[in-house]
Amino acid sequence: MKTRRTAIVLAAIALLAGVSTASAQDKSIVVASTTSTQDSGLFEYLLPLFTKKTGIAVKVVAQGTGQALDTGRRGDADVVFVHAKAQEEKFVAEGHGVRRYPVMYNDFVLIGPKSDPAKVKGMKDITEALKTIKAKPASFISRGDRSGTHSAELRLWKAADLDIEKELSAKNLGPWYKAIGQGMGAALNTAGASGGYVLSDRGTWLHFKNKGDLAIVVEGDKRLFNQYGVMLVNPAKHPTVKKELGQTFIDWVVSPEGQKAIADYKINGLQLFFPNAGASGV
Amino acid sequence: MPSDASALQLVLGADPALMAIVGLSVTVSLLAVGFAALIGLPIGAVVALTRFPGREAAIVALNALMGLPPVVVGLAVFLLLSRSGPLGSWGLLFTPQAMVIAQTILVTPIIAALARQTIEDLWVEYRDELAALNVGPFRRVTTLIWDARFSLLTALLAGFGRAAAEVGAIIIVGGNIEGFTRTMTTAIALETSKGDLPLAIGLGIVLIVIVIVVNALAWIARRAGERFAG
Amino acid sequence: MSMHGPAADLPIVLQDVSYRVREIAILDRISLWLVPGAPTVLIGPNGAGKTTLLQLAMGLIEPTGGRVKWGGRPHVPPLRRAFVRQRPTMLRRSAAANVEYALASAAVTRSTWPARTAELLSLVGLDGIGPRPARRLSGGEQQRLALARALARDPEVLFLDEPTASLDPAATKAIEDVIRAVAARGIKVVMSTHDLGEARRLAGEIVLMHRGCVVESGPAAEFFAGPKTSEGRRFIAGELLV
Repeated sequence: MKTRRTAIVLAAIALLAGVSTASAQDKSIVVASTTSTQDSGLFEYLLPLFTKKTGIAVKVVAQGTGQALDTGRRGDADVVFVHAKAQEEKFVAEGHGVRRYPVMYNDFVLIGPKSDPAKVKGMKDITEALKTIKAKPASFISRGDRSGTHSAELRLWKAADLDIEKELSAKNLGPWYKAIGQGMGAALNTAGASGGYVLSDRGTWLHFKNKGDLAIVVEGDKRLFNQYGVMLVNPAKHPTVKKELGQTFIDWVVSPEGQKAIADYKINGLQLFFPNAGASGV
Repeated sequence: MPSDASALQLVLGADPALMAIVGLSVTVSLLAVGFAALIGLPIGAVVALTRFPGREAAIVALNALMGLPPVVVGLAVFLLLSRSGPLGSWGLLFTPQAMVIAQTILVTPIIAALARQTIEDLWVEYRDELAALNVGPFRRVTTLIWDARFSLLTALLAGFGRAAAEVGAIIIVGGNIEGFTRTMTTAIALETSKGDLPLAIGLGIVLIVIVIVVNALAWIARRAGERFAG
Repeated sequence: MSMHGPAADLPIVLQDVSYRVREIAILDRISLWLVPGAPTVLIGPNGAGKTTLLQLAMGLIEPTGGRVKWGGRPHVPPLRRAFVRQRPTMLRRSAAANVEYALASAAVTRSTWPARTAELLSLVGLDGIGPRPARRLSGGEQQRLALARALARDPEVLFLDEPTASLDPAATKAIEDVIRAVAARGIKVVMSTHDLGEARRLAGEIVLMHRGCVVESGPAAEFFAGPKTSEGRRFIAGELLV
C-alpha cells in the first residue's frame, strides 16, 4: 500500500508540473482588462477572430481598471486594456507600460429608474443632472472600485462642483451616495433593486439582462465620452512578459482589420464601440 | 456560451461550454481533496495518536482552521503566486493549478480535523485491545485508518463539498478566465453581475445537484460502514 | 505445535511487585510464581487487584515496585503470551478478519491464514461465523472470538480476565469447555473469576487476593477442602465482599 501511495503522489505532482509547463509553452497571452469590456460582450466577439488569425489564445482577466493596472504592475499580465487615460499615462510614465495606443471609444450613459424621482430625464447637461440628483437627494450608486467608469464618474462629479473623494473622507456625504466597490453589472443590479441612479458604459448597459425598472435618463453629453487604450507591459521590468505575442495582439487591435471588427460588434443592431486608433489627443 | 438560450436547455442539452465549466469545477475540487487527504490524513492521525506539548492547542487550531475564509486564502495565495511574489517564477497565477493550490489549503484543515476526531474516537475503543494483541505503533495507525475508512471517506466528501461550493478563493487566484479558469461558482458570480440570472440559476441548479449527490454518497458510505463492519 | 524458539516464558515470577497509581496501592508487595501445568485461577472480591495482577504478568503494564521475570529474564516481549480482556473489543471487521488480524500481528505466514482461522473458530465453537461482522455477535460469541484471537498467537501462556463475567449459563459453559480444551493442550491458563463454582471447576491452583495482597495460594483441592486463612474461609462462605 505504501508504494501505491507514493506512485499516486508522484503522478499527481507530474500532472501538476506537466500541465503548468504545457501552459508556459502554448501560444497564449494574459490580458488584464475591465469588467465593462467583458460585460459588454466585446471580447467574446472579438478575441476568437484574433485567435483564428494568429493561433494565439487570449486569456482575459477582467477586473476594475485600477486592479487591471495593478496586475500589469505586478507583471501578472502581458497586456493591459482599460479605459482611464490619466491612469494609463501614469502607468507608462512609471515604466510599467511600453506605450499607450488609443483603440476605441464608447460613451457613458446615466441610468435611472423609469419613475425618475430626481426628474433628470432628457437633460442634455450631465453636470446639471448630477447636481439635481445631489440636491434632491436621490439615491446614486457608485462602483467605487477605481475602475475607468469610477474615475469618469468622479471626474463628472467634480465638474458638477462636488469633490466626492474629499467629501467621502470627511464623511460629509449623506446616505444617498452608495459606493459598492464592485463591477458594472453589480452596480446595475444594485441600482435596479434599490431604485437608484448609476453611471454605466453603454456597452454593459445594452448587454445587461436584468434591466428591470431601469432606463437611460441622460445621454449624449460630450463629457460622457469614454476612451479605451491598450498597453504592453514593459518586458524590461517584467522579463516573463510575452512581448512578441502581446505586441501582435496590440498591432492587430489597432490595425484596420481589428478596428473594423470592433466597429462590427453590435447589440440589437446598435454599434457599441467606435474605433479611433489613429486619432490624436485621445 | 450562447447566453440567450434558456438555462434549462443548456443544462439538459449538455452544452459543451457548460460541460467544460462543470468538468473544470469537479476536476479542481477533486484534485484539491486528493492533495488535502494526502496531507491532512497523516496530520490528523499523528495529532490523534501522539502526545506532545501543545497538543490541545494543535487540536483547537485545526478545528479553527476549518473556518478559514476562502477570500483570505485566495488573497494569500494570490500574493504568493503573483509574478512579483516569492513564488512568481512558477508562473502559476491565473491557472487551474493555482485554484487547486488554494482549495487544497482550504480543505486540508477540514480533513485533518475530522480525521483527528474520527481516529481518536476509534483509538479510545481500540487502544487497550491493540496493546493486548501486541500491535506495533505503525500497524496501529494503519489499522485505525483502515477500520475508520468509512468515516474518513465522509470527511473527504465534506472537504469536496466545501471546495466545490466556494468561489472567493478561486476567483482571485484563477481570474475567472473564460474557457480556462471559469468554474461553476465563478461563472454564477459573473452571470449574476451581467444580469443573466436565468443562466446563473441554471448553473446554480447543477451545482446543487452535485452537492446533493456528494451528500448522498456520504450517506451511503456511512451506511455501508455500519452494515459492513458493525 | 510451537513455532517459536526454545526460550520459555514460564515460570513467570513476580518478586515483591507493587503497583501504585498516585497515592493508591493497587497491589502491595506481591510475590507469586506461575508455573507450567493446570490453570491458575485468581479469586477475590472486586477491587482486589486481580486485573492488575494479570496485566503485570502479561507485561501490559510495568510494576512501580519489584520485578516481573519471564523464564528468568526481565522485559521479555509478549510474543508467547496472549491476553483476553474482560470486555474484549471487536475490530470493526468480520469475525474471520479479527482472527486474521491476530495472525498477522503474530507474523504468521499469510497463506496459512484461511486454514488456521477455520481451525481456531472451530476450536472455540464458532464454525461458520467467519463472514459475520464481529460487532454484531452476541456477548458469548464475542468472548469466544476473543479467545480465538488470543489462541491465534500460539501462546505459551493465556491470560483471561473474568472471561464469563457477563455471560449466561450456556455461554459460560461453552467458554469453560474451551478453557479446559486449551489447558489440555498444554497451554498455561491464568485467569480471574468471580464465580466460586467456576474456580472449583477449572482451577488447578488457587490464588486468593484481597485489597492488593495475595492472602492465600495453593492447590485448588486443598483450598476448597479447607482454607488456611480466615479470609479464605469468609470468601468461601460468601462473606468477603470488599
